[in-house]
Amino acid sequence: MGRLSLLTWFYVAAVVTAAAAVLVRVPVGGVPTGFWIVCVGLALLFLVCDSSPITLGPGQWVWSPSSAATLAAVVLLGHLGGYGAAIVGAVAVFSVRRGLQLVERLFNGAMYALAGFAAGMTYHMLNGKAFIDITQLNGVMTGGNTIPYKIFEMSLWPFAAAAVVHVLVNHGLLWGMLLLDRRTRASARLTPDWSLPLLLSSDLGFAALGLVIAVLWVVLGPFASAIVLVPLYVARWAMGQFADQQRAHAATLSALCQAVETKDFYTRGHSERVSRGAGMIARQTGMRSDRAEAVEFAGMLHDVGKLGVPTRVLQKEGSLTEEEFAAIQLHPMRGLEIVREIGFLNEALSGIVHHHERMDGRGYPMGFAGQEIPEFARIIAVADAFDSMTSTRAYRKAIRISDAISELRKGAGTQFDPKFVDAFVEALRRDGWKPQEPALPGSHQILTSQDHDDPFNPPRLEGT
Amino acid sequence: MTAGAADERWLAWQTIDTGRLVLLSVTSTLVIVAVAQTAAVHFQGAHLVAIAFGLYIAFGELLRLVLPGGRVAAPIAMSAALSYAMVLQVAPHHRLMNVPALQVVVVAAAGMAIGSIPHIAAGRRAGVTGMSARLVAVACVAFIFHPLSRHLFTMPRPAFIPMAILAMLGWLIETVISAIIRADDLRARYSVTLADELRVQWRLGLAVGVAAIITVYGAEVMGIAELAVFAGPLLVIQFAFRRYAGIRATYLQTVRALAQVTEVGGYVESGHSRRVSRLALAIGRELGMPEPDLLNLEYAALMHDIGQLSLVEPIPGGATLLVSPAEARRIAEYGAEVIRQTGVLDAVAELVRWQWLPASGGLRTPPLGSMVIGVANVFDDLVGGSADRDKIAAALDRLKLAAGTEYEPIVVAALASVTARLPISRL
Repeated sequence: MGRLSLLTWFYVAAVVTAAAAVLVRVPVGGVPTGFWIVCVGLALLFLVCDSSPITLGPGQWVWSPSSAATLAAVVLLGHLGGYGAAIVGAVAVFSVRRGLQLVERLFNGAMYALAGFAAGMTYHMLNGKAFIDITQLNGVMTGGNTIPYKIFEMSLWPFAAAAVVHVLVNHGLLWGMLLLDRRTRASARLTPDWSLPLLLSSDLGFAALGLVIAVLWVVLGPFASAIVLVPLYVARWAMGQFADQQRAHAATLSALCQAVETKDFYTRGHSERVSRGAGMIARQTGMRSDRAEAVEFAGMLHDVGKLGVPTRVLQKEGSLTEEEFAAIQLHPMRGLEIVREIGFLNEALSGIVHHHERMDGRGYPMGFAGQEIPEFARIIAVADAFDSMTSTRAYRKAIRISDAISELRKGAGTQFDPKFVDAFVEALRRDGWKPQEPALPGSHQILTSQDHDDPFNPPRLEGT
Repeated sequence: MTAGAADERWLAWQTIDTGRLVLLSVTSTLVIVAVAQTAAVHFQGAHLVAIAFGLYIAFGELLRLVLPGGRVAAPIAMSAALSYAMVLQVAPHHRLMNVPALQVVVVAAAGMAIGSIPHIAAGRRAGVTGMSARLVAVACVAFIFHPLSRHLFTMPRPAFIPMAILAMLGWLIETVISAIIRADDLRARYSVTLADELRVQWRLGLAVGVAAIITVYGAEVMGIAELAVFAGPLLVIQFAFRRYAGIRATYLQTVRALAQVTEVGGYVESGHSRRVSRLALAIGRELGMPEPDLLNLEYAALMHDIGQLSLVEPIPGGATLLVSPAEARRIAEYGAEVIRQTGVLDAVAELVRWQWLPASGGLRTPPLGSMVIGVANVFDDLVGGSADRDKIAAALDRLKLAAGTEYEPIVVAALASVTARLPISRL
């Protein structure tokens, strides 16, 4: 989370104070022991859930089904449910999670406490009933009871309302925090890494689990109600596997692209940098994060087809024959041939095929102009040319970033889409750029005298 | 053409194996008897409950899940069917103590059939085999539970431990049946597919069993509403597994596609890596390799030529047969280095690294996977995509001559039986 702005501090302080105001009102002396047993049991359940969250995206987005425990308190305790849920939620301060700062812990605890309290109040006001008699210590400890269907029926809709209130308060407070936090950062745009409707609906889905936990507590007792954790852990395992495989997939893709680059010493790291540059442009223009990711993949793979160009053509000094030039122009299609079967690429495929089109229609392979060129291709073209200019070639040294930028500006409108040139320049100013590291080629390296990406030295045809 | 088409049809018929035939006939007999019996003695217990559970099973069948390895599971349907087999009381006043086990079979079968209609309409497989396995498992649970429920279970609430044991039994039956079918499908050893099946399915099976038990207890208090309340968490679990299976499939797709870079670059013949990987998989199965090893073998076989990218000019015809051992070693080591760069495929890199090593008399004994890739690679260099019997026989002879020195005899023997059984195009 880094440094917080003054406004964020005020916000956190306000939320924590509100939660504290709720918690001090808990009638400590005036409740039966059963109340505390329910609170402790559900607080433990809450801690277990909250300490093993599911990672949803690359950022700080984690998600846990812990709200089910808070909502179970609402149902079990009836008119005391608001206080019980606030106590259970406040336990979030103690979650076993690495890398959480004290401010974040306090905020989380306060947020869950307030959400629980609001849900409990809603439930009580809508005439929801307590599922358990907390004055009967025996029933609280061992289960073996049942709930008259009438009580359950009366409480179903109040519970649904309480769940909605819980989810709304929880997300409202969280989004307030994120909005304030993001505003203080350089990246002004708010692009959620996870689609909000999905997050809300899965939260509501798990909120329903609160009701199941409460029923299991009544029927089977406090310990057996923990069996709901089993399916949750299985889901968590699957999510963890998903994240692992996704990382492995990205790493494999990048390693294979690097292998392709070994054919040419001077272009080492080119795919990686074009991928990064294309991602910067996409995020700067406020593209949705899954599309920005796809642009990155397309940038990574854009030159894979160069492998189909014979090495001697790449190495040739001076002008090219028409056939050799045609061989170079074919590389986007060869690239498509390779990656066509990769299902997830979809839109990225068009970015690979058309990354050498020009806005004025003089590019290849199709000669598309202007908005005919797919968006992805227009983005990659900018990052591609920029990296080519700022890298060393056999026939020239790398040029300075500022010169490359003015070169991009010059080409805006004819070769590049001005919108993406502007976005790239803006992103470069903020985040900087790490160009290719200058190094001397070893003796066994393949040296090429052509760079088809280079706007200064485009491949020349013989006789022109 | 017609003769060929008839051949195809004959082959397709042959792929319906004994295991599947037995399963299908058992299931259809079961369903017929169950329907007849239920119709004769009238429907017992609450109609509403039966309809609700039947629809829930149909809903679960609609949301089938393709797990890694092409396994089709229907966790929500299975858990709904298991809970219907064990539920004794549903709020507010439905009592299901007298429901005969055959009625459970009828409801489950009807739900599954309804749930598979949209799949058929969308042109997907009906998934009859999977449904049969689930149905037989549920029927077994119902047949054991219902007679016992009068004596063993405290009325009206079934006890936790016996129910857990039964749910586990149901899962085991389904898994064993799937393993038998899979062994037939893949021509793999039964013990191997059973171990694979248990390894892949146990987590989901655990979640399914626990969900079924929760449903039984929940329905006692919440009635049919329980099914709707508990659907949320089940859907989230299903979603998690779907994403996991999806990325696994994508990963394989990416490696398959990128392995072609050597082909587009003219380093190897077109289709070579795909053919070598299919052949290596078939040999690996013949040798009884477990699934995780087979996955590594597939990745390694797909990328076994990636090291050739370090060559300035492609080897003529792409045949690694024609290069000197020193050069082959350099190529293999370079390829392994590329794969190790990923940071996650070390086992695969190891297989690629040792593929040039002779089976005996070399630095060390190469890993089995490396020897399989070596043999598959040479075989494909000699035969290519050809289905010519003479060419195949000649290639096998050549491999057999060098078995024991250059190539591992059991791998060559496995190759011989794989090629004898299946035409190359059907591997």
